[in-house]
Amino acid sequence: MNVESHINLEQDSKLLFEKSKPGKSGTPLPKRKFQNRNFGKLIPQSLQRASGARLPQLTESELIRHFINLSRKNFSVDTHFYPLGSCTMKYNPKINEDIAGLEGFSWIHPYQDISEVQGMLRILHELSTALSEITGMAEVSLQPAAGAHGELTGMMITRAYHLSRGDTKRTRVLVPDSSHGTNPASAGQCGFEVVQIPSNARGRVDLIALEAALDDRAACLMLTNPNTLGLFEDDILQICEAVHRKGALLYYDGANLNALVGNLRPGDMGFDIIHLNLHKTFSTPHGCGGPGAGPVGVSKTLIPFLPVPSIVKKDGQYGFDYNRPASIGKVKSFYGNVGVLIRAYVYIRMLGLDGLKRVSHDAVVNANYLRKKLSTIYNVPYNDFCMHEFVISTSNFDSKGLHAGDFGKRLLDYGIHAPTVHFPLIVKEALMIEPTETESKEMLDRFVDVMRQIHREANESPDILKNAPYTTPISRPDEVLAARNPVLSFRDIER
Amino acid sequence: MENFPLTSEDQHQMLAEIGVQHFGEMLKCIPEKLRNPKINLPEALSELDAQKWFCELAGQNITLKQNLSFLGSGCYEHFIPSIVRHVVSRSEFYTAYTPYQPEASQGSLQMLFEYQSLMCELTGLEVSNGSHYDGATALAESLMMALNHTRRNNILIASSVHPEYRLVARTYLQGTHGVLEEVSFSPDFAFDLNDFKKKLSPEIAAVVIQSPNFFGLVEDLTEIEKLVHANGSLLIMMGHPLSFGFFKSPGEWHADIACGEGQPLGIVPGFGGPWLGYLVTTKALMRRIPGRLVGMTKDHEGRRAFCLTLQAREQHIRREKAPSNICSNQALCAMMACVYLATLGESGVKQIAELNLENANYLRDSLGAVPGIEVLTKGTIFNEFVVKFSKPIQKINGELRKRGMIGGLDLERFYPTLKNQTVFCATETKSKAEMDRFVSELKRISQ
Repeated sequence: MNVESHINLEQDSKLLFEKSKPGKSGTPLPKRKFQNRNFGKLIPQSLQRASGARLPQLTESELIRHFINLSRKNFSVDTHFYPLGSCTMKYNPKINEDIAGLEGFSWIHPYQDISEVQGMLRILHELSTALSEITGMAEVSLQPAAGAHGELTGMMITRAYHLSRGDTKRTRVLVPDSSHGTNPASAGQCGFEVVQIPSNARGRVDLIALEAALDDRAACLMLTNPNTLGLFEDDILQICEAVHRKGALLYYDGANLNALVGNLRPGDMGFDIIHLNLHKTFSTPHGCGGPGAGPVGVSKTLIPFLPVPSIVKKDGQYGFDYNRPASIGKVKSFYGNVGVLIRAYVYIRMLGLDGLKRVSHDAVVNANYLRKKLSTIYNVPYNDFCMHEFVISTSNFDSKGLHAGDFGKRLLDYGIHAPTVHFPLIVKEALMIEPTETESKEMLDRFVDVMRQIHREANESPDILKNAPYTTPISRPDEVLAARNPVLSFRDIER
Repeated sequence: MENFPLTSEDQHQMLAEIGVQHFGEMLKCIPEKLRNPKINLPEALSELDAQKWFCELAGQNITLKQNLSFLGSGCYEHFIPSIVRHVVSRSEFYTAYTPYQPEASQGSLQMLFEYQSLMCELTGLEVSNGSHYDGATALAESLMMALNHTRRNNILIASSVHPEYRLVARTYLQGTHGVLEEVSFSPDFAFDLNDFKKKLSPEIAAVVIQSPNFFGLVEDLTEIEKLVHANGSLLIMMGHPLSFGFFKSPGEWHADIACGEGQPLGIVPGFGGPWLGYLVTTKALMRRIPGRLVGMTKDHEGRRAFCLTLQAREQHIRREKAPSNICSNQALCAMMACVYLATLGESGVKQIAELNLENANYLRDSLGAVPGIEVLTKGTIFNEFVVKFSKPIQKINGELRKRGMIGGLDLERFYPTLKNQTVFCATETKSKAEMDRFVSELKRISQ
């Protein structure tokens, strides 16, 4: 027996290309109908591909085993607890998948006449209205494909708004130092200069620093509320007043809306522009990193700047409104990640208002319960009542050579996905924990037990953590090697 | 409502553990006047009622499966092997997060690495990212790459590039120094070389061309490519990805970036999304590529391993200095394309391309013989082409609808001078009988 045969299927890391054998195919295609036409001769040689695209050749049974065994190398919400801060890894109800997959939604073309797609347009219109209600914004565009895409859209609206007033000096966007990386990146991509506002000792925006930065160059303050420490910005009304007094806009990063949904609205707090992550608060699956959806809502003044088209109802018929001369334009072809939007609307319809209130209620209870329990074991730097998430710090293990990431890696061995590590940047050795409302008390208690056990290991034999994980298909990959010598395709392997 | 895991007894115990009597005590920092807003939402539905109601709404749409459709123009009805849905319906794929923890994500990482590999082969280029939102945004970000790389400010884009892509590109250029100028097309819809030569200047960072273009024409890029590169500009090529199964790939045309819409690769039309923006480039531009990249490496035991790599480009590391803000992408759609391309394999991709070719050519020939219909895309086509009627397309499409058929896009919507013109698309999904039926109905309607 050779060594290779001792490797079980879950450890098999051969690529499709390495399993390929000439002459195989994964599906029988229809035969040519017009055999007399030889396109190789009819079409100029100069336009033709010199040789076939070199794709792998396998049968369907070989392919399915390859892919299904790959799937078994993954953690997922359906198989593991995922306390990943700011990512809201809640359960994704199965009905959402079935509804989005209905032929009446999945096999319709975006250029069909509106009379043929009234059911679809009704859902988009009602979703947009429901999101306006939930957030307290005047109108919501469903077009952006992801949270960061929504942010970029919001930044373009900010620019368009100031320019429409002839105010050309506003070239700066303010972000707290605890903000998500996408905030400054989105502002930067839209041509704004980014100014960072420090947090105060209570983990909130420092009002004095904010006032100082709010001059006539400030276009906008981007704020996540609750912030990435899971703390509600309790000065929100003063912040809003200050921002508006200086003629700037207030932007709401909706990544953490799960803490508030149904109980509190960004519109009521005074936000002018918001984006939502439907793949967080509204339960659509993350799909290994997408697709998501990042609808953008605005206050009344900013409606003219929203992307076109908006979906409208007129004389009992649903349709598109492209007549928005001040619009920033289109940010995506067609109307958005519609399949994701359908899932979110099913979620909203099944919960209703009471259900949505229960979502944020239980998310807050779960987070505070975990915070309270873990604070007896770990250092919780801002140990105040939190909203849907909180941050612990492992910096007291510096002397043992341990980093926050090591704790995360060790969790994998206990069948729990790592929390968000080394973020927010204002906490040293941060582990950011968000349990969500879809986890049971039993699961949380188990998590606490595991964290206690890992704490003991960290004290007694830190090497256990440093070399973790042990039970996953691979141990830690050499990321330095990956970056120094990039192998990004099968072509690179052959080289 | 019963679907929440915390029982009231749990809640009670947990609040006691937290050290509060009521839930509200934890929210004291929230100004009173903000709490408990009035929100108008419809009543909650049971699962049974939700199934019924949404099925009813789905039933109000006319689908491409029910009605015979020849609509293309950026969204294509292609055959999707069953295996695609089965693989991406695995919970382990669709409910997983971005693979930031590689040890717990080797499945998605290898899958995306395979996607990158397949896209390199299909496009003939060297580095593919892990996906973009859609074809339009992939183009927009390609333009950013070109502006940053060449440190020039102008872009030339063919007017025969999909109108929605051009619109999105314009939106993205707001707030940058980038200026977009269009190159017109000749009466036979080919890229207008004379207009191009007039506009090509040392300020041009990139030239964008789509082939097959929005009018279905497969362009000859031989001369264009020479001019673009002699000018020190980048060549960005867009195109229907399955056309590369037969026609020259972007790599063979010496394009610097290939980008576009990956929907034809196993993804349902779904009213426009979620789809897949593909973006593939050369090694020289590797470090400018936006979005996630999966690389191969070794784990501590020396075993093959995959991880996200070159992350120093990305927003979570570089913040405001990141060249792109992209975070969530369309990973699951890239996986669909991966399964699709692997299932078709080398011979299948060429076969599918030829099936499109023969159907579109048959339909074009048949329509060309109908009085009152003039075929305008006379050159080489892949799966769509323009025809002109003697009456408005709205009327033609209305008549087709009465007959249970779906016609093409009215070109006047995007090109006001192209009156009574429409694009018909015939993919491999159409039988000869269906095309014959379509032609005979059009014979009646067009008179």
